[in-house]
Amino acid sequence: MSTVAASLKKIEPDRSNLIKALQAVQEEEGYISNEAIAEVARHFTVSAVEVEGVVSFYAQFKRVKPGKFKISVCDGTACHIKGASLVTGWISDELGIKGGETDNEGLFSLEIVACLGCCSLAPVISINGKVYGNLDRKGLLKILKDHRKGGAA
Amino acid sequence: MKITRIKIGAGSCGIAAGATEVVDYFKKEVRDIPIVEVGCIGHCYAEPLIEVETDKGSVFYEKVLPKKEHLDRILGLKDEGRLAIRSQRSEREKIKVLALAGRIDMTSMDEYLANGGYEGLKKALAMKPADIVEEVKMSGLRGRGGGGFPTGMKWSFLAAKEAKEKILICNADEGDPGAFMDRSLMESVPHQVLEGMLIGALATGATKLFIYCRAEYPLAIRNLKIAIEQIYKHGLNKLNARTVEFRLKEGAGAFVCGEETAMIHSLEGKRGTPRFRPPYPTDSGYHGHPTAINNVETFGNVPLILREGGKAFASVGTQGSKGTKLFALAGDVKYPGLAEVPMGVTIGDIVYEVGGAEKGSVKAVQIGGPSGGCIPADKFDAVVDYDSLKSLGAIMGSGGLIVIGNDRCMVETARYFLEFTARESCGKCTFCRIGTKRMLEKLEKITGGRGTEEDVAFLADLGPKIIKGSLCGLGQTAPNPVISTLRYFRHEYDAHTKDHKCPALQCNQLSDVKIHLDKCIKCGLCIKTCPVHAISKEFVVDNAICTRCNSCIEVCPKKTISRVEKGTGYYGKSGGN
Repeated sequence: MSTVAASLKKIEPDRSNLIKALQAVQEEEGYISNEAIAEVARHFTVSAVEVEGVVSFYAQFKRVKPGKFKISVCDGTACHIKGASLVTGWISDELGIKGGETDNEGLFSLEIVACLGCCSLAPVISINGKVYGNLDRKGLLKILKDHRKGGAA
Repeated sequence: MKITRIKIGAGSCGIAAGATEVVDYFKKEVRDIPIVEVGCIGHCYAEPLIEVETDKGSVFYEKVLPKKEHLDRILGLKDEGRLAIRSQRSEREKIKVLALAGRIDMTSMDEYLANGGYEGLKKALAMKPADIVEEVKMSGLRGRGGGGFPTGMKWSFLAAKEAKEKILICNADEGDPGAFMDRSLMESVPHQVLEGMLIGALATGATKLFIYCRAEYPLAIRNLKIAIEQIYKHGLNKLNARTVEFRLKEGAGAFVCGEETAMIHSLEGKRGTPRFRPPYPTDSGYHGHPTAINNVETFGNVPLILREGGKAFASVGTQGSKGTKLFALAGDVKYPGLAEVPMGVTIGDIVYEVGGAEKGSVKAVQIGGPSGGCIPADKFDAVVDYDSLKSLGAIMGSGGLIVIGNDRCMVETARYFLEFTARESCGKCTFCRIGTKRMLEKLEKITGGRGTEEDVAFLADLGPKIIKGSLCGLGQTAPNPVISTLRYFRHEYDAHTKDHKCPALQCNQLSDVKIHLDKCIKCGLCIKTCPVHAISKEFVVDNAICTRCNSCIEVCPKKTISRVEKGTGYYGKSGGN
């Protein structure tokens, strides 16, 4: 059984569960592949285009396979004021990727997100869900370096 | 004094500041004193934060690290490292909704019960549904999500419906960037929100209780799930003769889903686009069932109303706005965090007294996020009240309050908000979809130094048209940041377009970077830090290479590097314009 089918097994094929199902698939696979869309459509007996429509509407769903370390740069108001665009620039310079991209080794991917809700620690990023706050360039580069070391090992 | 318990703030903000490591360390090192993880008491600037309970009351410690030195000072109840809660702040605040936030174990139902939890529900269970609605009406509670619709009235619409299924939804899709009141409340005291929903179900006859929570709030989701299990176990979802069911749904990252009809579509598993009203959700909502939607903070207020009575609740606040309001205070303030103030305090009180911003250092606040507007410093005597904020061109909003310091550019701030709404527009209404994009393009042109007076006139003309031509709250409020900055900071727009200057020196295309050599100690840190090697051995920044990343400005120990007006910096041979 494919991992997609396995994630769908526990979900009742009621249309209201479509988003939940896609979240389960993404949780398992890291993104929503074309095959996953077809399989989800079969599960709910709806057309693939309807599933694709929902996937493309919500920012959470990724159509590109993410890296081992998913970096989210918070660009909420507080972080923006405290220099989120600089943070994004530093990461892009260091890793050579822009928002929505994954690097060639598949180690890092970068996305810009609306708000991580830790505004008092702005600017913040999160890597695989762990939040790092009060960033400056030096601290950020160290975090990236530590992950690169950890990821290569 | 004897230490009875140690409480570590481990809400999202605490964790981001390193609370997890502190919890692990304390649990390893301390054996004889119970260590519990609590939510957030609102003093986010002081995280990681520890409350030490003793037989003679509590002591707080700020910025605690997983170090022996810090552990010893806490176990010895030393003075060093204590959090001093400033009287200016405590005098302005009125902690009611957040009374238990950060003070009790986030996941313990027993602690919630021991502190007056579910007393409101108990009272409600002995009342007639119509009397509960009456009580809420009497309290004057208005929707805390921003719109300010009277909660009691909304509930009376749903209660009046005869239907087999009635739905009550808790809107926990806190999407405004800069807002984190709901997250904090759900993480810290999930039972309070759920108790409010159960009371709502009693009052309206709702059968299914949905919580639509942002997926970006994993800790809130975890704590709500735990709390719902506890409710089921204790049978608190049995409301007299009937049983209600909770359903926790995770959003998928679409700001527009905070709008009620869009949220209903999303709950049905569809694209979250809004639709025409009427029919209102109370007539036809989730799968056609009568549905009412209230915000997290609104539900968080309900148990208090039942416990103390609607009349007592209404004794706090102004004529048209009752009770307290939570504000997420961020931006250029000394003490960012979560504040709870009674309706009727002034904006200045929040910014200067609670937030600790220095007078004269702030030029405006943005209230209500991307849907709201800015209020300039000379209008800071405005009071927090749904109607008076509206008259200033801002809105109460959900409670995001961003303080904008003198060195920020208001045009850039407006551009930022439009970038957000243009990205989040669902695309259904033409004026919102294309109009916000056109506004964004003009703002980019102006902040890029290429704007003209016609562009400013274009913005002033298009804004009201987008408001008129959009179906839902997103489009109807999207131009507000531009309209309000134009109203109060027109001179900054003019400086960009007429003089091609950014007065705040924030817009990259309108500023240069310069090292002031008279104070420079030639330590070389800037040269080492510059990612594009724009600084020469002689400590001169080549602005033709410089990307305006601010790294050197940040790293300079003597603060001798600053932004200067465009054209006054050095431009090397390698290009220059």
